[in-house]
Amino acid sequence: MVNGEALNMTHTDRIVAQDAPAAAGSKISAQDVNVWYGTAHAIKDVSVEIADKTVTAFIGPSGCGKSTFLRCLNRMNDTIDSAAVSGDIRIDGEDIYARDIDPVQLRAKVGMVFQKPNPFPKSIYDNVAYGPKIHGLARSKADLDEIVERSLRRAAIWDEVKDRLSAPGTGLSGGQQQRLCIARAVATAPEILLMDEPCSALDPIATSQVEELIDELRENYSVVIVTHSMQQAARVSQRTAFFHLGNLVEYADTPQIFTNPQDKRTESYITGRIG
Amino acid sequence: MNDTAADIVRQSLGRRRRKQTMLKAFGLGAILFAFLMLGILVASLVSSGYKAFTQTVITLEVLVDPEEIRADRLPRGGFDDVLAATLVSRIPQVDPEDRAQMKALEGLLSDGAQFQLRDLVVDDPALIGQVVEITVPLSDPYDQLAKGLIDPLTPEVNRRVKDDEIGYFRTLEEQGLIRQALNTWLLTNADSRFPELAGLKGALIGSAWALLICFAISFPLGIGAAIYLEEFAPRNRVSDFIEVNINNLAAVPSVVFGLLALAVFIGWFGLPRSAPLVGGMTLALMTMPTIIIATRAALKAVPPSIREAALGVGASKHQVVFGHVLPLAMPGILTGTIIGLAQALGETAPLLLIGMNAFITSAPDTPLDSATALPTQIFIWADSPERGFVSRTSAAILVLLTFLITMNAIAIFLRSRFERKW
Repeated sequence: MVNGEALNMTHTDRIVAQDAPAAAGSKISAQDVNVWYGTAHAIKDVSVEIADKTVTAFIGPSGCGKSTFLRCLNRMNDTIDSAAVSGDIRIDGEDIYARDIDPVQLRAKVGMVFQKPNPFPKSIYDNVAYGPKIHGLARSKADLDEIVERSLRRAAIWDEVKDRLSAPGTGLSGGQQQRLCIARAVATAPEILLMDEPCSALDPIATSQVEELIDELRENYSVVIVTHSMQQAARVSQRTAFFHLGNLVEYADTPQIFTNPQDKRTESYITGRIG
Repeated sequence: MNDTAADIVRQSLGRRRRKQTMLKAFGLGAILFAFLMLGILVASLVSSGYKAFTQTVITLEVLVDPEEIRADRLPRGGFDDVLAATLVSRIPQVDPEDRAQMKALEGLLSDGAQFQLRDLVVDDPALIGQVVEITVPLSDPYDQLAKGLIDPLTPEVNRRVKDDEIGYFRTLEEQGLIRQALNTWLLTNADSRFPELAGLKGALIGSAWALLICFAISFPLGIGAAIYLEEFAPRNRVSDFIEVNINNLAAVPSVVFGLLALAVFIGWFGLPRSAPLVGGMTLALMTMPTIIIATRAALKAVPPSIREAALGVGASKHQVVFGHVLPLAMPGILTGTIIGLAQALGETAPLLLIGMNAFITSAPDTPLDSATALPTQIFIWADSPERGFVSRTSAAILVLLTFLITMNAIAIFLRSRFERKW
């Protein structure tokens, strides 16, 4: 399975021809990933290559495993006792499940934004400064101030909060909270940003703000976004992967998935017949 | 049968409303019943205890007779004779040569009166030969008489104060020497054989030491155990077994902990009996399960999203726990701790077994000195035959309840003060 996009289906599923980038050029490379929650087989032989400076969307019906797979990429599944992960996931060619890899270091490199905005019950400043502080990224207070400002600017929320950095982060509106969480995630200077349905708790205006932001973030990061909304996947992503019942069914350029799906299940899903 | 759904719903409304009203009435009734019982308890304690908050005292002008008390022989001297002489001068019907009458007269003042005078003179020997005004407590029977607890119509043989003694008392009362004063001795004296001198100082300090030690042991250990079980321990049979046993430990009768402490702390370790140190360690054994359970519940209540957020930016497990989870759980932990300590404050049985019910007339200076605690002091006084201890027992219970209410109020205050919203 040199070609990462090729699917290792359990049955006679047709292997979808992909115009995939070469394995060497990809940021994240996953091979034959399986995840079990106890006896439940949540991810089945998924192999995928994710490119740098691209937005990759994971779509699929509820319970299809897209969030589970996302959480494998920064080893958040480690925190669930019953979860077992097998297979090979490499970031920049390095096996992130190797024994000598500390998840703490991995998570500094792979930031994550969650479904529900979850700022710490601390000030806006402390929310953003927390990551750099624990990793010792700032040498001085001025350094830290600069990181905080840069991160908040990058998350397109600086103008709204610059006058009240000491106000609690939990006092912001939902959309602002989510952008604060994005600022918090980018403050540790990650290379990859994982977003688990970042807009599902937001109203349409906040959603469009976050979507614009995702588009800008693509310049610096490899963004992987899980979304329920196919319109959102179509709007923000360059590559889309469709998951179904733990299988990666189809992975291709976004326009192709939405206009010319190769698999019947993908077609059924995007036309609303399953989901 | 052409009832529409709306009709069917309407028909059931009455029944549903009745049920709801009944539920409300039941809840309200339960609360009222609880308050009624609490009211009866407090009312009965106050009605029998309020008299212990005052003490009958007599103010005398005493000539410190240089014949009886000599500067070179302090602190020895006939202070009781000096006081008796003063009383004789006030009560004309007493014949100083009549031994029986003089003995009865000496029983009028508290035994502590002569020591009070002695301390005054020892502090300032210049008082010898002068007239000193001194306020001393009356002894318990006269205190009871003054408070109307002794009925003069009872046949004399059945009465603790005889007719001529009542006469002495009335004579002094007519001279305006006797009055009711606030009983500060109740808080500033340690225990005594004489009810009028008995106080709670020893018990208060003993309880304070025991609680401090209990807190110092059970708080860090309890939180540590809870953090390990909740955040680090794998979920398996061993942790299930530990969990069941901690819950069992919280339900073990306290007297069992007392026996354990007697065998281990006093028997093996050779720690002193009756010491607040041992009391505190024993109470810590009992408080720890409460703290562990409260802490685990508080840790569980911290939303998982906060843990994920911290893990997501690369915090290590201990940074997540100490930086985020523990601060958010603190109000719940503190509430549980204070409730556990309040339980410990009221605990009697284990302290009886380690000897904290001894008769000790001085307050402890260190946690290794013998002492009593508030509940054991109540136990001792409730067991004492002197009438004066009846009201003092109630008063001591009121003091204990005051402390409990204060601690619970602090718990509520901390909870509302530090509770955070997210």
